[in-house]
Amino acid sequence: MAIVFEKPKSLTDAPLHYCPGCTHGIIHRLVAQAIDELGIEGRTIGVAPVGCAVMAYNYFSCDMVEAAHGRAPAVATGLKRSLPENIIFTYQGDGDLASIGMAETVHSATRNENITIIFVNNAIYGMTGGQMAPTSLPGQVTQTSPYGRDVTTAGFPIRICELLSTLDGPEYIERVAVNNVKNIKQAQKAIKKAFENQVNGKGFSLIEVVSSCPTNWGMTPDDALRWIDEKMIPYYPLGVYKDRSAKEGE
Amino acid sequence: MAEKVLMKGNEAIAEAAIRAGCLHYFGYPITPQTELAAYMAKRMPKIEGGVFLQAESEIAAINMVYGVASTGKRVMTSSSSPGVSLKQEGISYIAGADLPALIVNVQRGGPGLGGIQPSQSDYFQATKGGGHGDYHLIVLTPASVQEMADLTGLAFDLADKYRMPAMLLADGTMGQMMEPVELPETAPEMIEKPWAVTGTQMKRKHNIINSLYLVPDELEKMNFERYERYKQVEANETRYEEYMMDDAEICVVAFGIAARVSRNAVVEARKQGIKAGLIRPITIWPFPKDAIAKAATHCKEIISVELSMGQMIEDIALSAECKVPVTLCNRAGGMIPSPDQVFDAIKKAAGGNE
Repeated sequence: MAIVFEKPKSLTDAPLHYCPGCTHGIIHRLVAQAIDELGIEGRTIGVAPVGCAVMAYNYFSCDMVEAAHGRAPAVATGLKRSLPENIIFTYQGDGDLASIGMAETVHSATRNENITIIFVNNAIYGMTGGQMAPTSLPGQVTQTSPYGRDVTTAGFPIRICELLSTLDGPEYIERVAVNNVKNIKQAQKAIKKAFENQVNGKGFSLIEVVSSCPTNWGMTPDDALRWIDEKMIPYYPLGVYKDRSAKEGE
Repeated sequence: MAEKVLMKGNEAIAEAAIRAGCLHYFGYPITPQTELAAYMAKRMPKIEGGVFLQAESEIAAINMVYGVASTGKRVMTSSSSPGVSLKQEGISYIAGADLPALIVNVQRGGPGLGGIQPSQSDYFQATKGGGHGDYHLIVLTPASVQEMADLTGLAFDLADKYRMPAMLLADGTMGQMMEPVELPETAPEMIEKPWAVTGTQMKRKHNIINSLYLVPDELEKMNFERYERYKQVEANETRYEEYMMDDAEICVVAFGIAARVSRNAVVEARKQGIKAGLIRPITIWPFPKDAIAKAATHCKEIISVELSMGQMIEDIALSAECKVPVTLCNRAGGMIPSPDQVFDAIKKAAGGNE
């Protein structure tokens, strides 16, 4: 019998701990698939964040390092500078990457570190129980913005792709989503390219994945996916924000 | 024998680190350790595989150290007091993940922004943890430019051997002063690090560098195991130097620049017929408890000479177990005690006229 669907080899057999309807599982799969397809598992080292994906080190079968909150790009910099032939990726959430780790994010980008960053934006702190994130939308109700995010006191959400694409350093910046099959297909392509760039020595690639958090958004998984279309994507438009090689190829 | 060269303390650390096989340096500018980073910036690009990176912050620098240490290679960062405070989060993670690394603190006066003159007021931070959680660093305290070099090599060896971070706790004087120094000419032997992340090459199960244990039983077990290792360090690696302690009645305890000042005071005391001696801790963690305990059996007073408001004095008092009075002779905020000040303290302890 022909196998038509199987688990990527770069994922372990450990059962994922994520909530029902969470899209981390899909994103893990896309990352593992890219590693499989490029045949780089044996030389890949992943960096797990602090946040819901903290235990990603149990799920990817390549070597893994657990970083402090927000510091994954600095840890990845150390790994890459020590082992330039290895493939280094970080997997980070919005609080990790866009709040506490903003300096590490911006500076690894501006140095054009030859690393791959998978940035999961679900507009909330999931693991700690649903607090306001740097990417929470204006008016969004969270545990720490119980009356809705008031931009006059809490400020505006940060659009990471737009911000990083103003830098000369980074090679490739794209925002994708995983709320429907079409978007997942595009996310798959983008994530693979982000790894391919590193294999080819092109430099810093960051893929922002607009994701859902049904538990902390207080929605059914279905409604959460719709909320991505209705609220998230209008604020965080999908697309390629920077692709230096494509530009050079024009 | 190797040729002696005249070097600044900060530069001696840098060159000794490179000769110890440390080819990765991450730092952020701060006085008075600047020469160390500058030396690395000049040398590393000329060495095959050498990496110098000026990080965006002390926090990033220590996390870059964590990254390289995860791969099993020798790596270091250096800073001065306020910068070392910023590194504490990363140091705790490095200790929690059982990674070897070297952190150099060329201390300056504090708290806060403090000043840029020499100090020893980061003793508590260096020896009692510094960051969160139960852990220790091996803390070495050089008292000459030669020791800046020697203890750098030793720190890397010990960090590798015990899988824990080591700190070289110097001060602004040690960093800035120039002395002749002899540098090692042969590379040290490196030990195998099967725990390192280097890529599985599809030949082994994945390695994980981590300090997270959500099951409390497991976290407790890790803590107990780590402290078993610390006991070995205490048993095997406590280092100190004694000067005229055999028949001493007054015992002076001091490290780093304070020890050099104190030695002059002990010499002067002996000239004047006072039986004074000096214990110079070279490691302050592990602390030379036994040497202090022994001194407490035959001395009538122990004087702690420090460039702080009195931090090491607590370890001395614990080691002396209240058998004799332990007093403080100190300057703070970037000031250094004079030999006369220490001599006066010795004379007072001996019951002489003030």
